[in-house]
Amino acid sequence: MICVTLKGQMNVFFFRLALLVYLVATVGYLVYLLTMKKEAARGAYYVLLVAFFLHTTSILARWIEARHTPITNLHEATSFLGWSLVVGYLILEWRISSQQVLGAFVTPVVSLLMIYSSLCPHRILPLPPVLQSFWLPIHATISILAYSFFILMACAGVMYLLQERQIKKKRLTGLFKRLPSLETLDRLNELALKIGFPLLTVGIISGAIWAEEAWGSYWSWDPKETWSLIMWLVYAALLHERLAVGWRGRRAAVMSLVGFGIWVVSFFVVNLFIPGAHTYVEWHG
Amino acid sequence: MWNGTAKEHIVLIGVNHRTAPVEIREKLSFSKNKIDPVSLFMTSPLVREVLFLSTCNRVELLLVTSNPQEAIEDCLRLWGEANGLNLSTFEKHLYFFQDIEAVIHLFKVGAGLDSMVLGEPQILGQLKEAYRYAVERRGTGVILNRLLHKTFSVAKRIRSETGIGSHAVSVSYAAVELAKKIFGTLENKVVMLIGAGEMAELAAQHFLTCGIEKIIVANRTLARAIELAKRFQGEAISLEELEDYLIKADIVVSSTGAPHYILTAKQIKQLMRPRKMRPIFFIDIAVPRDIDPQVNEIENVYLYDIDDLKAVVEENLAFRRKEARRAERIVEEEALKFEAWLEELEVYPTIVALRQKAEAIRQRELEKTLAHLKGHLRPEDIQAIDILTRSLVNKILHDPMLFLKNRYHQEGKQVIDFTRRLFNLDGEKPLKHEPPQNILPLHERDKVQKT
Repeated sequence: MICVTLKGQMNVFFFRLALLVYLVATVGYLVYLLTMKKEAARGAYYVLLVAFFLHTTSILARWIEARHTPITNLHEATSFLGWSLVVGYLILEWRISSQQVLGAFVTPVVSLLMIYSSLCPHRILPLPPVLQSFWLPIHATISILAYSFFILMACAGVMYLLQERQIKKKRLTGLFKRLPSLETLDRLNELALKIGFPLLTVGIISGAIWAEEAWGSYWSWDPKETWSLIMWLVYAALLHERLAVGWRGRRAAVMSLVGFGIWVVSFFVVNLFIPGAHTYVEWHG
Repeated sequence: MWNGTAKEHIVLIGVNHRTAPVEIREKLSFSKNKIDPVSLFMTSPLVREVLFLSTCNRVELLLVTSNPQEAIEDCLRLWGEANGLNLSTFEKHLYFFQDIEAVIHLFKVGAGLDSMVLGEPQILGQLKEAYRYAVERRGTGVILNRLLHKTFSVAKRIRSETGIGSHAVSVSYAAVELAKKIFGTLENKVVMLIGAGEMAELAAQHFLTCGIEKIIVANRTLARAIELAKRFQGEAISLEELEDYLIKADIVVSSTGAPHYILTAKQIKQLMRPRKMRPIFFIDIAVPRDIDPQVNEIENVYLYDIDDLKAVVEENLAFRRKEARRAERIVEEEALKFEAWLEELEVYPTIVALRQKAEAIRQRELEKTLAHLKGHLRPEDIQAIDILTRSLVNKILHDPMLFLKNRYHQEGKQVIDFTRRLFNLDGEKPLKHEPPQNILPLHERDKVQKT
């Protein structure tokens, strides 16, 4: 009996540990932003990797304990979103180095998501029949991965707008020294879009197929579907303008913030307050 | 080794851009003749070690001597004679530093804290060159070798721990730094010069060293444009073609003598669409300005005029001055460490002599005793006796050594003299004083005993 309880709490234990280490990493990145000491960046990076490892362990443990993909309620979804955000950050930093400054903007978001997640009910409940599908892991992981890249776009966008302001206003101290070049920030934004947009597309299509299997209709104008479509249109427009007209910089940054606003509505507001298939809290209500 | 009285002093004599006009600095730098300054100053019997540094802003002579006063006189005489200068004409421009002051000054020079452009890095290279020159002529010894290496590492430390070397402090560097914050890398970027002034050329030079792809030169008189373009291996165009080429350019340095704006906001705005919104950075160093300030309001267009850049430079200089104060604390800290080393250097021969004397006595007495007891002892006994004598010597010497090391910092040379007299380290040495450098291993000694 005790064994079972302990086993049931493994994921919670690792989750809390991960949250704690994420907070340390966040402080590390903020210290780096303040002092620009390379040692701080390196230290924060290793701490982040440790936190990421603990977090991965927590998710895997929960997967094993629950016997289904642990993306079925708000606690699990935000936790997985935090995890995806770190994956996305590591990929972006690997492809286009921001000298880890991006980390100082991403890790606070990860920490906030983790804190939010820790406040949501943790209990593992049996999977409702409607979610028992081959499509659950595919649709949920891919959609959340897409979201993480949109959050990264918003981070790069904020950084771009700050840096552009410094340069236009001719204030070449403080943030100007700390933030990467405009070009780097714009390329980060572009890369995140080019990864996030296809993922979102696949996420929406897989959701439609699943909906057809579950309810016999591909598209039923459920609020989540509507908001996801709006989000998809915004990012599609941005991608089109980027590729065809050469939109970049400020406009792209502003657009990624608009997209982010829509995502916030679709992820938090719709899921929490508007009834529908994605109302996480209601699944177990 | 020890000669009783000599304490080595470090002396630094020099002139810099603040103390002497360029004519004096030139003459003192041996630039007009073929005399090798290091060898020249080494001819003075009072001078132990020499380093001679000459840059366009300073000429400095660094000496190690046990008799500073006379050595300085000697060197000034040599210095003046070799360059055909009367002592009275240049003596008033000189500054003199001795011992820790000299060390502090040298550390500051190495870190660029005494330079005309605060924190500039070239001086370190020049100092390294001067050091190499002195080493080749055997001008340096224990003290200067250590001092110069320390100077290099202090400069490095200051560079990494303070912001003394960061933040561009010239207009053209500030422009390059800005361009990097806009474009990231400057590779594959096209720079356009409109008008050809000295400052524009300087900026072009800086951009070229950052790996830009190409320079386009536009000028009212095409001949001058062609001439400049040839120098930078670029392309020359006339002012009429300006707009077409502005579609290609990423960085535009404008410095024409035109009395009105040669580029308006409307013109630039129209260019952005064909440019596919690629950012463009205008540097307007002309007075009156060439480019409409409204241009800065256009998306992806950045405009800095000469006043903007000067303000940036001024701000950066203020930052460097603030950092220089932190750097000076490091200099003082390191100078104190160096001074401690110098003092140890003086105590060291005495410590060695004391140890050697004690070890010699121990060896001699041990041999005598063992000779008497030959054959009565097992190897373990011999070993025990050996250890006993050794620890006796160490225990007895322990306090005098500590006394020597600790008190030297307070009482100086007296302590050394006293110790040397007390233990008769310089006096008549016992006749059979030839301590073996290495104590024989036990089995070897065994063989000696048996034979």
